[in-house]
Amino acid sequence: MAQRIDTKDLNIYYGDFRAVEDVNMTIEPKSVTALIGPSGCGKSTFLRTLNRMHEVVPGARVEGTVEMEGVDLYGPDVDPVAVRKNVGMVFQRPNPFPTMSIRDNVLAGVKLNNKRISKSDADDLVESSLHGANLWNEVKDRLDRPGSGLSGGQQQRLCIARAIAIKPQVLLMDEPCSALDPISTIAIEDLIGELKQEYTIVIVTHNMQQAARVSDRTGFFNIAGTGKPGRLIEMDDTATIFSSPAEKATEDYVSGRFG
Amino acid sequence: MTTTVSPPAKSSRRRRSGNTDRGFNRVFRWIAVGAGATILAVLAAVALFLISEAWPAITASPEELAAGVPRYPEDTSLLAYLGPLVFGTVLAAVLALVLAVPVAMGIALFISHYAPRRLSQVLGALVDLLAAIPSVIYGLWGFFVLAPVLTPFWTWLNENLGWFPLWGGQVSPTGRSMATVGVVLAIMILPIITAVSREVFLQTPKLHEEAALALGATRWEVIRTAVLPFGRSGVISASMLGLGRALGETMAVLMILSPGFTYTLDILAAGQHQTIAAYIAADFPESTGLGVNTLIAAGLALFVITLAVNMTARWVVARRKDFSGAN
Repeated sequence: MAQRIDTKDLNIYYGDFRAVEDVNMTIEPKSVTALIGPSGCGKSTFLRTLNRMHEVVPGARVEGTVEMEGVDLYGPDVDPVAVRKNVGMVFQRPNPFPTMSIRDNVLAGVKLNNKRISKSDADDLVESSLHGANLWNEVKDRLDRPGSGLSGGQQQRLCIARAIAIKPQVLLMDEPCSALDPISTIAIEDLIGELKQEYTIVIVTHNMQQAARVSDRTGFFNIAGTGKPGRLIEMDDTATIFSSPAEKATEDYVSGRFG
Repeated sequence: MTTTVSPPAKSSRRRRSGNTDRGFNRVFRWIAVGAGATILAVLAAVALFLISEAWPAITASPEELAAGVPRYPEDTSLLAYLGPLVFGTVLAAVLALVLAVPVAMGIALFISHYAPRRLSQVLGALVDLLAAIPSVIYGLWGFFVLAPVLTPFWTWLNENLGWFPLWGGQVSPTGRSMATVGVVLAIMILPIITAVSREVFLQTPKLHEEAALALGATRWEVIRTAVLPFGRSGVISASMLGLGRALGETMAVLMILSPGFTYTLDILAAGQHQTIAAYIAADFPESTGLGVNTLIAAGLALFVITLAVNMTARWVVARRKDFSGAN
């Protein structure tokens, strides 16, 4: 299921502005990779290049390669729509479709491209996806109610269920807990621990304790100053990054001396 | 209820300005309440006027009506007399709406989601410009330009697809039929529907569009899963605005349509239909006494139709409120 991602000399631009410079990173399958760093250092921008969501912004473009199991996602005959089916994403703020029921939200991705699915298959998929997102027991009696009626933490887990329903190889999470209370955050973190059995997970977080709790590897992004591009300063096992990082900047950041 | 607590003022100057602020506050409050009340008062006044002035016609016997109203047929009750007018009015408005809504939504989606930024601005301004054209101009244009242009097409429809209920009967050689009126009305209501729909589509939260994109949606699928459901109630409201204008449109209909008083669906034929608004405008100059009352009764019918349309639209929007995205 899970796949490995390599980026080579990845430069990310918004128009003429280089937001992220020369990122070389390897993301291991079936593991959790956390990206940390101060605001504006390009970690979310980097994350969005992994499923080609970056180019949705007018003028945004990418140089270098992002290879998934050796295939360049930015190759000439790669369809961004296909990439996004393969690489799921969970956003900072929970965003279930407000006009759809909980059930339809889970099935939203499956029903794209006019794909037909029998009712029993759909029922099974809804149940397994919601189980996978640890939400089934809370919503099984109200699958036909709108998803926007759930609490923030439940909505975020609904979004995770929606993302895993299309069986992606990789799951990207862009600060998935920053809009949630501590209890909901724990629920999501537990879920991340379970999901990594099956998926490659990349998570951007501002919460260093969270990075330390959930991730196997951690990458530290930093920015030299306003208007300068963000860079990947260091990447290593999470334990190493938080105990004995190689770079001074990393140590300053994780020990709370700046950022 | 009216008392507001303001923070303690530090100097006399501050206090004075605080007092004026509070004064403005009160004045503004009364302006707002007054404006709100005016709407209700005007609506009530119009309804009262319509009912009281229509009353003589409503209570009159068919004989009295036949004697007092020009071209009133014998042995016809007021309801039977107004029936075809109501039918014609609704038919014209529905035709216009059916033609205009899909096109308006297409234009609105193109402007909001497909066109490059510069082009979409130009297009948006052009659409707004369409709305500024007076209806009498549309009437002239419909009469002199559109009707002759459309006539061959109507003839073709009649000859080849005449089995379809709307396209049967005798085609008007001049094009002064309900079908042409429907097209002109559609063009007239296009700008308002487009402008409102465009605004609604632009309001779609980026979050929802990105949610769809991240699931592997194509551009059309983003529109289908995120934009259209979100804009649904707005499009319904926009359509109702357009429908309101189509129902009440007088000048263009008066100038184009060759009138008649039947219930036929043959929209290509001349001399079959008439709308309430055009009927009132056409007959008002030569009406007196009971004739005026009859015209006002027709106006009352139009008032009731628009009211019913608006309430239905509100009901449709409210029915799925939980799913509207407003919570």
